[in-house]
Amino acid sequence: MSALFAAAGPLEPAARSFLSPTGVEIVFLLVGVAVLGSALVAVTTKQLVHAALWLVVALGGLAVEFLLLTAEFIAWVQVLIYLGSVVVLVLFGLMLTKAPIGRSPDADSGNRWVALVVALAAAGTLVTLMVDAFRSAWIDLGAGGGSTRATGTSLFRHWVLPFEALSVLLLAALVGAVVLSRGGGRGKVPAPRAGRLRAGKPVGTPGRAVPAPAGPDAGAPKPADPAPAASTTPPQER
Amino acid sequence: MLDTLLRCAAALVVFLTFPLIIGQTEHKVMAHMQGRLGPMYAGGFHGWAQLVADGVKFAQKEDIVPAGADRRVFQLAPAVSLLPYLIVLLAIPVGPDGFVGQAVDAGLFFVLAVMGVGVIGKLMAGWASANKFSLLGGLRTAAQLMSYELPMVLAAASVAMAAGTLSLPGIVDAFEWYWIPWQAIGAFVFFTAGLAELQRPPFDMPVADSEIIFGAYTEYTGLRFAFFLLSEYAGILVVSALTAVLFLGGWHGPLPDDLGWLWTVLKTFALAFVVIWLRVTYPRLREDQLMRFAWTVLIPLALVQLALTGVIKVAIS
Repeated sequence: MSALFAAAGPLEPAARSFLSPTGVEIVFLLVGVAVLGSALVAVTTKQLVHAALWLVVALGGLAVEFLLLTAEFIAWVQVLIYLGSVVVLVLFGLMLTKAPIGRSPDADSGNRWVALVVALAAAGTLVTLMVDAFRSAWIDLGAGGGSTRATGTSLFRHWVLPFEALSVLLLAALVGAVVLSRGGGRGKVPAPRAGRLRAGKPVGTPGRAVPAPAGPDAGAPKPADPAPAASTTPPQER
Repeated sequence: MLDTLLRCAAALVVFLTFPLIIGQTEHKVMAHMQGRLGPMYAGGFHGWAQLVADGVKFAQKEDIVPAGADRRVFQLAPAVSLLPYLIVLLAIPVGPDGFVGQAVDAGLFFVLAVMGVGVIGKLMAGWASANKFSLLGGLRTAAQLMSYELPMVLAAASVAMAAGTLSLPGIVDAFEWYWIPWQAIGAFVFFTAGLAELQRPPFDMPVADSEIIFGAYTEYTGLRFAFFLLSEYAGILVVSALTAVLFLGGWHGPLPDDLGWLWTVLKTFALAFVVIWLRVTYPRLREDQLMRFAWTVLIPLALVQLALTGVIKVAIS
């Protein structure tokens, strides 16, 4: 971070004050209020998909905040990763499992007060930290401080090691998620159904016998056929 | 300030006219390639009024929201699906010397990021319709768009590496003729993945009209449905223009550069023609083939291109 700020320009002492905000600062605060509002709606609404859509608004607002701080690259990363992928995955998961239109009565959590306390504590810590760190510091924006070049330089020159460590951590999380989702349940791992690109067979209705297609590769793998997955099954401890 | 407004207005005009031109072209090309006689009659000469008739048809249809639908989300979905393409158009350079809506520093990244947002509109449409075919189509759309975004970004990254910049005008400025053979694999991957992002045939499994009726758009009527169609045609424009700018040299042409923007437009329309051509001539891929193609063909190809770019870049520098 400090390298990024160093690239952004000198940290000026309190030449300016909170009482004479510039236009950018006012817009920043207004967008911040909008982000806060949509984030609150996202966690309080009873409609699951609406919650995810409000999350879109909140994350988009955060991207605007990054733009206002001249961190162009970070803003687009936010849009690409969070709006384009993470929220879409969340929506995907919600719609695939349970997302009735209208209210979901079972969406309430029993420990919402605990969650509230944790959220307030986290927010308090962060706000205190930020206020303490930048109490009377103004950073000159607009000098290309958050441009792609500056971000890349500070990321790959000064922060390579943390960056790589984070990558390894994320990779471990990814592998863990795959293992958990494949072998987490009881029983066998279901075999993948699809065949090769050219030789896949449509899966028939369970009541009716599928006529065996003539041809060299007759006898398509049945849905419960465990053989193709045997080699890819992660070892399970029982 | 006035300059900015003018540029935005110009982008809006392009956004409102070019997709219609592509739509009309599609009518004509399909009519010729498949021997369809219908679209050749409206208005007399070569059926020039077919698009007008389509527009009138869409405008006069009743705007229906199903009783079980989530009203607000259902009505917002076409806008969320359409607007990203308008925003993307602002950043695509057409000619040299700032002939661009708004030069963005990380333009390539901006374009890919904003295009990714369109998925949300389609998911919203599919879910809010309260129709199982719509939901199925919406989920297929999401799965497909997530899968094909990766090869697209990887192929674009290869060009950015070759040019040494993320700025779209910068990439065209750095273009040399030998990029075309050098980046050919990337161009193929980018264009194919872009085609899949648009859910055009042969990648139209999410809207497969003979199987799940029309996927996420089943319940839409009138103007809202027209917006979805418009977003598809605007998408053709954006993907073709991006391919032209990234891989075919944008405003560089065999003749002197003073009519540079014409080259960009010509290349864009040539690619749009290819998009239509593919729609007419290829059968639809099955869902599992679709996914397999993205993960086992396009992504390895994109990685190969990335490695190739790196090696040659090091070799010539």
